[in-house]
Amino acid sequence: MSEKTVLDVKGLNCPLPILRAKKAIKDLAAGAILEVQATDPGSVKDFDAFCRQTGNSLLGQQEAGGVYTFQIQKN
Amino acid sequence: MSEANAKSMSIIVTKGTLDWGYPPLILATTAASMGLNVTLFFTFYGLALLKKKLDVKMTPLGNAAMEMPMMGMHMQMPNIVGMLPGVDSMATSMMKSMIKKKGVASLEELRDLAVEAEVRMIACQMTLDLFEYKQEDLIDGIEYAGAATYIETATKSDINLFI
Repeated sequence: MSEKTVLDVKGLNCPLPILRAKKAIKDLAAGAILEVQATDPGSVKDFDAFCRQTGNSLLGQQEAGGVYTFQIQKN
Repeated sequence: MSEANAKSMSIIVTKGTLDWGYPPLILATTAASMGLNVTLFFTFYGLALLKKKLDVKMTPLGNAAMEMPMMGMHMQMPNIVGMLPGVDSMATSMMKSMIKKKGVASLEELRDLAVEAEVRMIACQMTLDLFEYKQEDLIDGIEYAGAATYIETATKSDINLFI
């Protein structure tokens, strides 16, 4: 079971959620999961694009009470 | 993702106000974080973004699209008011505080992230000579070159923008 690192970027606006996620992923081992918590609605499509472009996998995405959570697996 | 297949982007940065500083820096940092090789060529007023201590300003003058969110509405400032002394400083302060309040990165932070992401930053030597800037006035670690350097980079870039 891959361990999960949580990245809280709530309250931050574009492009900070992506920039911070990129930094966090760099330090992870292949297969590890980064869980990002954001409040920026633009980040929904952005993380999709980010994963497609960087070859990481977007395992899941949830929204609850204005907070968007993404699970990204480093490949 | 293999380095050899990495896409690239170049941006000519010609403006140095607070509002115009954002598009090139946001695009550069985001593209770099998505694996692109990015080059920024700063020329004319874009040089303001390379000053060691950023002191970027903004003016409502002549911008018919500028509306600030105030008192629940969007307020526009007539040019005749925008011309008064002190109004530019006020607009700049207001913009900076809006940026902070909304969790938007400051230009300083974006520039630091760009440098950290190894975005290639080139200052137009001709502009330095023209406006009598010295290399010591600008941040360290940047290149100084001319149009031919930019053109060569652009011929190999997938995305070329003029901001």
